[in-house]
Amino acid sequence: MSVLLIAEHNNKELRPFTLNAATAASHIDNDVHAVIIGHNCEEAAIALSKLEFVKKVIQVEAAYYENFVAENFAPVIVKLAGNYSHIISSANTFGKNLMPRIAAALDTSQISDITKVIAPDTFLRPIYAGNAFATVKSKDTKKCVTIRPTSFDACESTGGSASIEKAEASEEFSKTKFVKREEVKSDRPELGTARVVVSGGRGMQSGDNFKLITSLADKLNAAIGASRAAVDAGYISNDHQVGQTGKVVVPDLYIAVGISGAIQHLAGMKESKVIVAINKDGEAPIFSVADYGLEADLFEAVPQFLEELNKLNTIQK
Amino acid sequence: MKILVAVKRVIDYNVQIRVKEDNSGVVTDNVKMSTNPPDDNAIEEAVKIKEAGKATEVVAVSIGEEKAQETVRKALAVGADRGILVKTEGVVEPLSVSKLLQKIVEKEKPDLVFMGKQAIDDDCNQTGQMLSALLNWPQATFASKIEIKDGKLEVTREIDEGLETIEISFPAIVTCDLRLNEPRYASLPNIMKAKKKPIEQLNASDLGVDISPRVEQIKVEEPPKRKAGIKVSSVSELVQKLKNEAKVI
Repeated sequence: MSVLLIAEHNNKELRPFTLNAATAASHIDNDVHAVIIGHNCEEAAIALSKLEFVKKVIQVEAAYYENFVAENFAPVIVKLAGNYSHIISSANTFGKNLMPRIAAALDTSQISDITKVIAPDTFLRPIYAGNAFATVKSKDTKKCVTIRPTSFDACESTGGSASIEKAEASEEFSKTKFVKREEVKSDRPELGTARVVVSGGRGMQSGDNFKLITSLADKLNAAIGASRAAVDAGYISNDHQVGQTGKVVVPDLYIAVGISGAIQHLAGMKESKVIVAINKDGEAPIFSVADYGLEADLFEAVPQFLEELNKLNTIQK
Repeated sequence: MKILVAVKRVIDYNVQIRVKEDNSGVVTDNVKMSTNPPDDNAIEEAVKIKEAGKATEVVAVSIGEEKAQETVRKALAVGADRGILVKTEGVVEPLSVSKLLQKIVEKEKPDLVFMGKQAIDDDCNQTGQMLSALLNWPQATFASKIEIKDGKLEVTREIDEGLETIEISFPAIVTCDLRLNEPRYASLPNIMKAKKKPIEQLNASDLGVDISPRVEQIKVEEPPKRKAGIKVSSVSELVQKLKNEAKVI
């Protein structure tokens, strides 16, 4: 049977992890259908129909779908679920909020945050903040699976030519009202997909000192990350948090500045290809995962880092 | 108003996890156990609401083996009024936990159910959402701020893009982020008082719910080890290595 992918979007464009989820879906079965639920989301539906792997798009429209309230989305998916063996979404805050509501309605034991499809019913997933990996086999006839986006490549955004069908909206759930969303707008690469991430921790000592991280990130065209300690201390907003309860990142280069490296932080970054740690405490656990460790005062090392980068003729973007 | 708070007993967040040699799971014998950290935030928030005069009773419930009683007792020591322990053996999946909680909710009729947004052992992040689906209640997940306003609940949620605010009506489920509040420590007198607070014990089988696992755990393995890195002695050496050896800048 076919796989149903739940598209994440902002009514205009697809959110990038939809492309990773499409790839994961294709590892389960070739017949991937994608559902897009929104308000005036025509453009995003067209983008979805062009994705590699997507064979059919189902578009569901209503004004109350504008803000992605899970209580409104879940009944739509549950109604469509009869035709599918698997329902797939990303394990980001969108999918984490939505998928269990679908799974419970279908009486299915959800498999969260998989990093690999071993067989259509068997998956690999991290547990204990990535300190162990479990191979699990679902015995449910219908499977609800969220995928770790950084573990699957994004599919091509062109080449597909899926048909777009409209499906009927479900009733509005009146007991939950969207009020507002405060998005942090930035011209930087997105944290989840950036090639380079520069992160600051408690060692930054203040929000003001995060300017050092910003200058380094500017120079390297990097996204800015942070440890939970730095977010809790108010140095930077929550959308920058990397770790077990924040975002998982797998950049080519991760630079940890003033981050001690609690296991909860390592859970979000230790799969990065190259890890640099700058910390004045030579015993800090971050050095155990760093390819290049520099034991130094960050307030001296980061300005020097900028100077050295300025000497280079070219820096990869 | 009554608030039900679900708490889970897990391996303490500071413990270095070890995988069993036969790959059947992780080592739990003689390992320090604690309350799942965001569940502490859930209890704290409920107790704060009661202290503000907006709730009359806070009930802590845990599902797990006999020893999960310690987790309930800790919730009582920081201000919950009474406890419920639903005794189970072995792994209980989030779907089963939410079905058991549904039975407790039907019995206790709380106005709010709080719990942590995810458990740090299985990292599933499912139970709150599943419970709200089973009850057809509104859900506010990943809450970092909760305000009771005109008979409704205004919740600020932490999402990937930043913050989102929703308004939900009672009864409702809230899953708590670590940034919701600063959990208090139990004082010695309160720990003593908690010993006298009642904990009702039930067996999962008494609740008429099928909790047999739907997911077979085939094996548990260590994560791939990173190869050891090096320490560099200067920033210029670091930049040279990144440029010429790792070729990432």
